[in-house]
Amino acid sequence: MNSPAIAVAGLVKRFDKVTAVDGIDFAVAAGGFTALLGANGAGKTTTIAMILGLIVPTAGTITVLGEDMLEHRYRVLPRINFSSPYVDMPKRLTVRQNLVTYAHLYGVASVAAKIEAVAQALEFTDYLKRTYGTLSSGQRTRVALAKALLNDPEILLLDEPTASLDPDTADWVRGYLLDYQRRTGATILLASHNMSEVERLCREVVILKAGKIVAQGAPGALIDRYGRGTLEEVFLDIARDRRASVAAQ
Amino acid sequence: MSAIRPRSAGHPLRRMWGLFLRHYYVSAGSWTRLVEMIYWPTVQVVIWGFITEFLYTNSSFVARAFGVLLAGALLWDILFRGQLGVAVSFLEEIWSRNLAQLFTSPLRPAEYIASLMALSLVRTLLGLAPAAALASAFFGFNVAELGLSLIVFFFNLIVMGWAIAMVVCGLVLRYGLGAENLAWALMFALAPICGIYYPISVLPEWLQAVSAGLPASYVFEGMRAVLVDKTVRFDLMVQAAALNLVYLVLGIGAFVAFFRNARIRGQLVHVGE
Repeated sequence: MNSPAIAVAGLVKRFDKVTAVDGIDFAVAAGGFTALLGANGAGKTTTIAMILGLIVPTAGTITVLGEDMLEHRYRVLPRINFSSPYVDMPKRLTVRQNLVTYAHLYGVASVAAKIEAVAQALEFTDYLKRTYGTLSSGQRTRVALAKALLNDPEILLLDEPTASLDPDTADWVRGYLLDYQRRTGATILLASHNMSEVERLCREVVILKAGKIVAQGAPGALIDRYGRGTLEEVFLDIARDRRASVAAQ
Repeated sequence: MSAIRPRSAGHPLRRMWGLFLRHYYVSAGSWTRLVEMIYWPTVQVVIWGFITEFLYTNSSFVARAFGVLLAGALLWDILFRGQLGVAVSFLEEIWSRNLAQLFTSPLRPAEYIASLMALSLVRTLLGLAPAAALASAFFGFNVAELGLSLIVFFFNLIVMGWAIAMVVCGLVLRYGLGAENLAWALMFALAPICGIYYPISVLPEWLQAVSAGLPASYVFEGMRAVLVDKTVRFDLMVQAAALNLVYLVLGIGAFVAFFRNARIRGQLVHVGE
């Protein structure tokens, strides 16, 4: 069996008296498309930030592409990338200038050709010369995704990639991610509130509540286990502590 | 796009160049920023140029060394612009919520610090060159009169500015944008005690002791030695350089410690919000 692309064991993060992540274990298979689900404050963003090395865990281990992230993050960072609505890019730079900057940071070989390629793939060649600050949310999401794809990442970490997007743009982004994952075999870990998005995209779901994993499995299997019709109903059961006995099974 | 091939991190200089380009694009794309870069040093030179002309006939101190006040103004700006060049570049990342993006790329903190210093060097030179030309053209003071000492003065002052900027950046990481005013305020607190326009000996004794801990104090004393006494004080330059070494180690150490602490406290994700 192949070793997982991401393996998290006994992961804990405490901020003073608040425990944001409370001893979680999960693995994402190489080439897998996995979702971290949970309400606000469940620990999704903190978990992704720890995997990226932005936050140091209080306890536990994180192994990414076979490397210990706490010891060797700079061996791993060139091979992964991320996108999040909680971070941004310099607004006074044009889209192309932002992408040129990041292409150099990631050591991309043919900068101009790569930028053209991602801009074409994500359908924004017409606003490469526009300043980033003048773009709409949907356009910024495409650019952020382009930045995340510049280094052909083996692992893509996406924190709420369709938050604040209109349904049409959100659907386009989901379709693109699905197609990208199928074409490249990249591993994708996605944090989301959007259940229909997760049902459509992900083969594996990890549901967090108050920093703990309360359910884990394939979306269909979770729906069956909880005897519900959709993942959203499962999520609401968990969020509202209904059918607690099922989760223990 | 094709299937994924494993990638290397690329060369550190390439990453530093990427960060340099990011700030070049910001400055080159904004005429207001370019003007701002040269505006304050030029205003300083104009003010001190006229004060010098007035005092030349009314003060024996200035009469003995015509350019001593203008040289002080120009050298002070090296220190101030050097510090600001690093601190503002860092603040730009926070204002644009770009810090987390940078530190999830292969860019290492040491490369980041080196890039900020290179940016500061370029910004300081670009800002001061027109002011120095103005001092020569309109007030008859050529900063090159300081001779080779000027190079030593320049690097001592800019390194001190970098060291202080590192602490300011660390404090912003720790305390958020509430600490950003330190980027401007801290240097002005040092200005009265490092003897820019007057000898350290005019300070009260207890302030002279504080002044002795500042590399800039030795530079400004050295500047007056060149212009007033026509002597090059190597002892002062060595003292400034030795102190700067300590400052730089402490400054970078403070930034690294604050950076580690920010990763523990989760502030890299939220700083600037």
